Amino acid sequence: MFTDFFYILRQNKVPVSLVEWMTLMEALAKGHIRDLDDFYFLARAILVKSEAYYDQYDVAFQQYFQGVEAPEEITQEVLDWLKDPLNRLFMSEEEQARFESMDFDELIRELEKRLREQTEQHDGGGHWIGRGGTSPFGHSGYHPQGIRIGGRPGGRHAVQIAQERRFKNYRSDLTLDVRQIGVALKKLRQLRRTGLEDELDLEGTIKATAKNAGDLDFIWQRSRKNTVKLLLLMDVGGSMEPYAKLCSRLFSAAHSSTHFRDFQYYYFHNCIYDNLYWDIEREDAVSTVHLLHTLEPDYKLLIVGDARMGPWELTERYGAINYYERNEIPGILWLKRIADHFDHSVWLNPDDPRFWIHATVQMIGRLFPMYPLTLAGLEEAVGKLVVKR
Amino acid sequence: MKKDDFARFCGSEDYVTSEPLENAVNVSIALGRPLLIRGEAGTGKTLLAHSIAKGLEKKLITWNVKSTTKAQEGLYVYDTVQRLNDSRFGDKDISDIKQYIKLGKLGQAFIAPEQVVLLIDEVDKADIEFPNDLLNELDEMSFYIPETNETISAIHRPITVITSNAEKELPDAFLRRCIFHYIEFPTPELMEEIVRVHFPDIKDSLLTEALKTFYSLRKVDDFRKKPSTSELIDWIRALIAGGIPHEQIAKQVPFVGTLLKKENDYDFFVRNFATRRW
Repeated sequence: MFTDFFYILRQNKVPVSLVEWMTLMEALAKGHIRDLDDFYFLARAILVKSEAYYDQYDVAFQQYFQGVEAPEEITQEVLDWLKDPLNRLFMSEEEQARFESMDFDELIRELEKRLREQTEQHDGGGHWIGRGGTSPFGHSGYHPQGIRIGGRPGGRHAVQIAQERRFKNYRSDLTLDVRQIGVALKKLRQLRRTGLEDELDLEGTIKATAKNAGDLDFIWQRSRKNTVKLLLLMDVGGSMEPYAKLCSRLFSAAHSSTHFRDFQYYYFHNCIYDNLYWDIEREDAVSTVHLLHTLEPDYKLLIVGDARMGPWELTERYGAINYYERNEIPGILWLKRIADHFDHSVWLNPDDPRFWIHATVQMIGRLFPMYPLTLAGLEEAVGKLVVKR
Repeated sequence: MKKDDFARFCGSEDYVTSEPLENAVNVSIALGRPLLIRGEAGTGKTLLAHSIAKGLEKKLITWNVKSTTKAQEGLYVYDTVQRLNDSRFGDKDISDIKQYIKLGKLGQAFIAPEQVVLLIDEVDKADIEFPNDLLNELDEMSFYIPETNETISAIHRPITVITSNAEKELPDAFLRRCIFHYIEFPTPELMEEIVRVHFPDIKDSLLTEALKTFYSLRKVDDFRKKPSTSELIDWIRALIAGGIPHEQIAKQVPFVGTLLKKENDYDFFVRNFATRRW
């Protein structure tokens, strides 16, 4: 029964296993289901084990029970597109000015309004609005042709709920808040026995007592503490501006994590040369050489940056974007020094991996394992940081 | 037919549930599988177990999990130190190991003469391996004590509710055996109902204003910790106790300290909202 639903769920990347499917069958066999509403909630409770997959479940449910294709990810796709700073580069000045004049929410509202109008006019909507160049939504060749707007659900309540897709924001591949980052960073934990001997070693005590012919002999040991030291280097300014909020979340998560033995952070712009900076304004400098001398190789290094710059900034002497930096050693060699110094290092790139096909991104990617700055990417990166390379 | 013995839990007088939640609870009871509850802090995850116990008139056994909790502690503890001590100052028969075996919460739930509700609270606080260590015990509802060569198995499968704050990822094998429900943040309508359960005599005007202010505060993304249901209840209690007229609520947000618990959030609020309406 419903076997196709199982496969549709799996197609939608909901991790459903046979165990759960059999549980659902058991529940069905016991006659616990009156109607589709019951089925929707029951199957969800049994099959889906995280709110992060509720949205995919909703999509699959629609696919199976309505016999229609799932609606395209209009909002997310467009949101991503609008947020992506790369797209702004392709705009004419005039367009950019218009873009700038609306704030993001305004833009979205406007877009929603137009999409709504469109549904009414075209009955389900085929083409999207604004290819004429006067609309802020349709420039630079981005033409999401054929995006369909989910049609009105024809009856059943459960399908309507699925269609609402209220759990969109819980998808782990999309959102990233301070707490989630904190949880991800927590996996960096490495417990070692350090500090005062204040924990009773029961086994040792029993052994020692037995040796002592039954006279109690207490053995104490050090308690386990986290020994991880974290070094965070962040690219700020310029092309990183659109990601400022995301980066500050990462920072506050790392900063509020009390479980690191040491946490240090410095800023740079585009590439690292002779100096790193204490502050975002990059006025208070500390020499990179000094840092490499004073920080032991067992610091876990997390670099955040888009790795996107002029190739000369990376490979040329005096290539630094700041004229006064006058770097004798090209940036790429500085990066290599840093990569060689630390045992564990990763590079988190807030750009979409689709845009990593860029000379400097590729070059840096060869020095540091590079991951996208999403929850999934961060988890992978943390995984990389705990194993020996 | 069977529907009747299936639909058993439908909230209790002091706990407002939603249909999906009731469904999840009932299916977990019917299938005898643990129910895993997740949700934002303050949405009443722990209270759910209390409500189930109350609604079905069963005893509640709570196992509060801490970062140091080990799975074994839930089953039984063999008090070796006591036995060692007794062996030195021997006024007891130390060859009877049974008296040094103390059953943990899970063990107590198993041997209870009638079905109980077992709450394993904040399962994700413990070590990552913790849930895995309990897999078999929760599955078969029995465990073996090698020291006394005894097997403790459940007389009645306890109704097991497990809450999690998603601090750590739970192992897949564990998840596969659970029924899962995510408690969403209540909609304003449901919230009204919840507040009325706590304050049956509340004035409509006060409630409306308080809810309006509360939900607009929740919309502010810059708060580190958004106020949740339990904070709203506290706040309304303070409003009623303080006899605040409802016109003042939105303008001044009195007792905002009951809603915003972080210093940063409080500062942010004072800077941005305290003086004007939003």
